[in-house]
Amino acid sequence: MKLTGAQITIEMLKREGAPYIFGLPGGAILPTFDALYDSGLNFILVRHEQGAGHMADGYARSTGKPAVCMVTSGPGALNLVTAIATANMDSVPMVCITGQVATHLIGNDAFQEADVIGCTRPITKHSYLVKKVEDLPRIIKEAFYIASTGRPGPVLVDLPVDVTRATTDFEYPTKLSIRGYNPPMAGEPKNIELAADLIMKSKKPLLYVGGGTIASGANKELLELAEKTGIPVTTTLAGLGAFPETHAQSLRMLGMHGTVYANYSVQACDLLISVGARFDDRVTGKLDKFAPNAKIIHIDIDPASISKNVKVDCAIVGDVRTILKELNKLVKHLDLKAWNQQIADWREKHPMRFENNGSGIKSQHVIQELGKATNSNAIVTTGVGQHQMWAAQWFNFIKPRTMITSGGLGTMGYGFPAAIGAQLAHPGETVFCIDGDGSFQMTSFELATAVHYKIPVKIALLDNAYLGMVRQWQEMFYKERYSGSELGSSNPDFVKLAESFGMKGILATKKEDVRPTIDKALEHDGPVLMHFKVEKQDNVFPMVPAGQALDQVIDMA
Amino acid sequence: MAKTAKAAVKKVTKKEEAKAVSMAEANDNSMFHTLSVLVENHFGVLARVAGLFSARGFNIDSLAVGETEDSSVSRMTIVVHGDQRILAQIMKQLDKLVDVIKVVKLLPEDKIERELVLIKVTASSAKRAEVLQIVNTFRAKVVDINTQSLTVEVTGTKSKVDAMLELLRPVGIREVVRTGSIALSRKGELKAA
Repeated sequence: MKLTGAQITIEMLKREGAPYIFGLPGGAILPTFDALYDSGLNFILVRHEQGAGHMADGYARSTGKPAVCMVTSGPGALNLVTAIATANMDSVPMVCITGQVATHLIGNDAFQEADVIGCTRPITKHSYLVKKVEDLPRIIKEAFYIASTGRPGPVLVDLPVDVTRATTDFEYPTKLSIRGYNPPMAGEPKNIELAADLIMKSKKPLLYVGGGTIASGANKELLELAEKTGIPVTTTLAGLGAFPETHAQSLRMLGMHGTVYANYSVQACDLLISVGARFDDRVTGKLDKFAPNAKIIHIDIDPASISKNVKVDCAIVGDVRTILKELNKLVKHLDLKAWNQQIADWREKHPMRFENNGSGIKSQHVIQELGKATNSNAIVTTGVGQHQMWAAQWFNFIKPRTMITSGGLGTMGYGFPAAIGAQLAHPGETVFCIDGDGSFQMTSFELATAVHYKIPVKIALLDNAYLGMVRQWQEMFYKERYSGSELGSSNPDFVKLAESFGMKGILATKKEDVRPTIDKALEHDGPVLMHFKVEKQDNVFPMVPAGQALDQVIDMA
Repeated sequence: MAKTAKAAVKKVTKKEEAKAVSMAEANDNSMFHTLSVLVENHFGVLARVAGLFSARGFNIDSLAVGETEDSSVSRMTIVVHGDQRILAQIMKQLDKLVDVIKVVKLLPEDKIERELVLIKVTASSAKRAEVLQIVNTFRAKVVDINTQSLTVEVTGTKSKVDAMLELLRPVGIREVVRTGSIALSRKGELKAA
């Protein structure tokens, strides 16, 4: 049957199982929005396209399935750029459909025209400009395939408005063949054997687990590997939840704001087993001093990640879950008594701790209580900064896909829209957005979206009246010259802000208000903004200063 | 005396040895590497490859691209320089691109490499004979001549072209245009399928 490009787009989105479409209409995407109107697909109208991007991102991270955002040309598409880059850095599956001016106007500085393909080339996994309506079904099918396979990532489809009005016979493409794209799945058996051999010979092994383990759905296989061998486990920010932090073998997070004992373990280990992690600079500290005594095994689906930063001794390229299944067959229990004793000593000398003797509210305390009130049975999203680091340190993550945070790009404003996306994906579950006063204000207008669609996110706004992480660096490295980091004198009354959108707001200023506020928010049927006025000048510790080796980690006083 | 000298010699760890080797390799960036890359013959692919190089800070010495025996496939010949680690990254990042079908590095002893260059030199009557002698020695061609200048066309390996330019420099080179290298493997065949 003959369909328009717009109808084909909507039909393909249905067939590819798009759960929600987040977006905002405009001229170039009007025909497509018209086809969307009575299609039965779930659409969420946002207040800013960046919100749409982060919502799709939050949805995708919390489920592992690609989500869709649909926006118009020019400024609409460009407003998505930060969200696309955020997804790209953290390997999140996403399909972004952007309207474009008519094909004969492209390159003419037309109204609301922008070279979106050009602008997003470095920050997308792949992108398409649809020039002929006949190509549209294949392109959308390929877009979903590329976004969700191999190392996931955002794929952009630029849709000129005349292509969406053109008609053609629609046939759902049953075959898919992209000769330049062949993601590896199974690892080389020789390399898996070498890895098993290295593991069995090691005396001080350590598992360094990243986001790839969660993307692959390999948490069970990881647990089996750790328990079978007895090897301690540390995770990156992106890997939080891949291994339960309540487990005796968990060393919690490593890196710039990781635990002292995790960082010491990395520096002392003789075998570092990297599972779905990429040796990011926040984790390695000074590269030439990183894990100086260790042989390194690297399991990753992206061959370009292997030996990019750190030369490895054994590389296994492929899907983490598939590889761990094979590796688990070859390994046995190790005698690590001396190693475990050493780690236990470090844990005793440098426990994670914070002082809570005052009457005011400490961010760390709020986060701890959020975890306790739900038994860590909740999904957490964050903005970027001190509150993000404290959330990583104090919530206690036990399940994958529960820590939804912009780790790679560090995008302020990510938390709240991502929480909306995650909540839509998990309607019956509790979703906390742990945000800072700076980060929250970047996308706070999505309060309207949460209220309108009755999305019951619980916002824990940790208001310290500063751009906290910036202020901390200025205190430590710039002689307390707080240049542009003070927010308190211009912040709004956040409770009144929430209420103006029709959302319940609760203010808490004293330590004893913390738990009752959280309980009230959890009882409330609907979205809530908990405004915690927290200690204004507090620092995140432990900390490895930028450019230093991991064993230079500064503990709390 | 000998005993204490021996005792004073520090045992080089395996890691230090590996580091020394990689440092030696890193210093060897006078090496030019020729990559042959098969890509989809689509709009935007050249921009994507160029963007990749610029975003990651890789150095391109030359890039030539054209259709192959299969009109849906183009071949890019890219000459880069850098150490082994950077070369490995370049090849892997190129391979990651969906539009890139295959990437191979052509080995120095296994490639046929050519570049086409047009060189415009000053053509005073005094210098003309000298220029013609150089042209004949290199089996190049004079493709244009007027009272002011003489244009030479030469095809050859990079070293042949560089040598010719060196010889013509004293004569007075006015303009040079180079295509960049194109290359094929002698023994193997790089195909998309």
